[in-house]
Amino acid sequence: MIWFFGALLFWIGAWWGNVRLATGPASHSAGGRIAVAALFGITVLVLWEGYVRGFGISPVILPAPTAIAAKFAGSLGTLWADFVQTVIKGALSGFLIGVAAAFVVAVAIDRSPFLQRGLLPVGNFVAALPIVGLAPVLVMWFGFDWQSKAAVVVVMVFFPVLVNIVAGLNSADRMQRDLMATWSASYWQSLWCLRLPAAMPFVFNGLKIASTLALIGAIVAEFFGSPIVGMGFRISTEVGRLGLDMVWAEIVVAALSGSLFYGVISAIEKRVTFWHPSQRG
Amino acid sequence: MTSARPVLTVLAALVAIWYAASVWMNATWVFDQAERAGQSVTWAEVVPQTMAQARPLLPPPHQVAAELWKGVAGQKITSKRSLVYHGLITLRGTMMGFALGIVLGVALAVSIVRYRVMELSVMPWAIISQTIPIVALAPMILTLSNQMGIDSREVPKAIISAYLSFFPVLVSMVKGLRSPDQMQLDQLKTYGASENQTFWKLRLPASMPYFFASLKVAVAAALIGTIVGELPTGAIEGLGARMLIGSQFGEPLIMWAALFAAAILAGMLIVTVGVIERLANTRMGVRP
Repeated sequence: MIWFFGALLFWIGAWWGNVRLATGPASHSAGGRIAVAALFGITVLVLWEGYVRGFGISPVILPAPTAIAAKFAGSLGTLWADFVQTVIKGALSGFLIGVAAAFVVAVAIDRSPFLQRGLLPVGNFVAALPIVGLAPVLVMWFGFDWQSKAAVVVVMVFFPVLVNIVAGLNSADRMQRDLMATWSASYWQSLWCLRLPAAMPFVFNGLKIASTLALIGAIVAEFFGSPIVGMGFRISTEVGRLGLDMVWAEIVVAALSGSLFYGVISAIEKRVTFWHPSQRG
Repeated sequence: MTSARPVLTVLAALVAIWYAASVWMNATWVFDQAERAGQSVTWAEVVPQTMAQARPLLPPPHQVAAELWKGVAGQKITSKRSLVYHGLITLRGTMMGFALGIVLGVALAVSIVRYRVMELSVMPWAIISQTIPIVALAPMILTLSNQMGIDSREVPKAIISAYLSFFPVLVSMVKGLRSPDQMQLDQLKTYGASENQTFWKLRLPASMPYFFASLKVAVAAALIGTIVGELPTGAIEGLGARMLIGSQFGEPLIMWAALFAAAILAGMLIVTVGVIERLANTRMGVRP
């Protein structure tokens, strides 16, 4: 019980500290903002730990954060192998192929307003569908290894990215296009110098959506058959064996790689679309 | 209706590609069979055979349509083989998750707009939460709720789908509650309005268009969450479970029919939410 009340005390203290920080002058600096968010996260972890220890929760139901951390540190090799199999081979390669395919199709139909008007509603609709259901089909076609996972990811990211690129290519306004025309720029020059850069905020929006989808696709596809390595495989087998600390360790890996993926895309976006109002803030 | 023709053209092109692909993919099997029987087949004989296999690699559209029709209209609704039955179960999970997601998203958004400490501490974690692939958590949520003595499969499904659907609502509501401009806020101040009155009379009405716009995204996310919740978990009911059964027993037609049933369900949900959005917007006098 002492653990639980300790955690509660910590919670009250952290709360008080956070309110002080957030309402004080520190909240306007980047450091203050990070501190508040970090304090909140730590508080959740402390409460979790205190709850598990205080009430003697069985590790089969909910392992304590320290137990998960120990498991994480203890099985780095396995986790790394799973990470390479699922994230690098499955999600990342699928993501790159899917984005490249969407890009090619978007530029190919760019000259035909007719096709665009047809493709945009269809693409928007398909982007909202539970495409992840295709996973079993694709696993059947491409076998158990990472190729089928990459295929699922390709199908999942294709439409959201395509819709965003098409919308982005049309985002340069009339005036700017006319200006390119008065300079007698060719179609490709105008595409390269004006419309592609103007499309970038949309493109990155699509890429961000796709980055989350890519991980979901790669992990789900592993539930339908995989070699004996991979995050989805590990999660489903460890749940069956009640090795929940390992499952949580995989979730930590998934969270880290998801955030890293998203973070890298945001960082590139900042460099590429530095001119956009949302980045100048 | 100016967009009907291009849309139909694209759809027709997709169906044509699909037919071509199913001929190409199913032909291997036909050739194998013929080789085993010691015969040689010409392409003219192969094509009809690729159209009517019992376990095609890629079933052609009309086979899927027939299976879908059989599943929707050919059974009693209560039958275990009826897609309507499974669709209703998925729909119920989706609605529970959707409702939970809306409540959670709105509540968080309100507290984030109201209290700066909430914004600073919760908002970053809400964003991070969406980069965690929910499917990693899904089996976890199931065992957890099992151990806690919740027998029904509805609850974990609803939690998973709420996890996916709360985020669009949260983001839009924060934007919407902050959408009144300084002039409007100042005016309410000159009326001597309290913080609560400003919230109810200005911020909340101003956020409504944002709220309804986010619902369309949220309902699609909720459906995906429900289907994912049914996939890896050994569920026996629901469209996701149907896909899983089709995959495990090597019945591609069942799988494809369930997939299209899910697509139709998604379409109906999005259209319904769209209609509600339009009704609410006209009633509240939102100008486009």
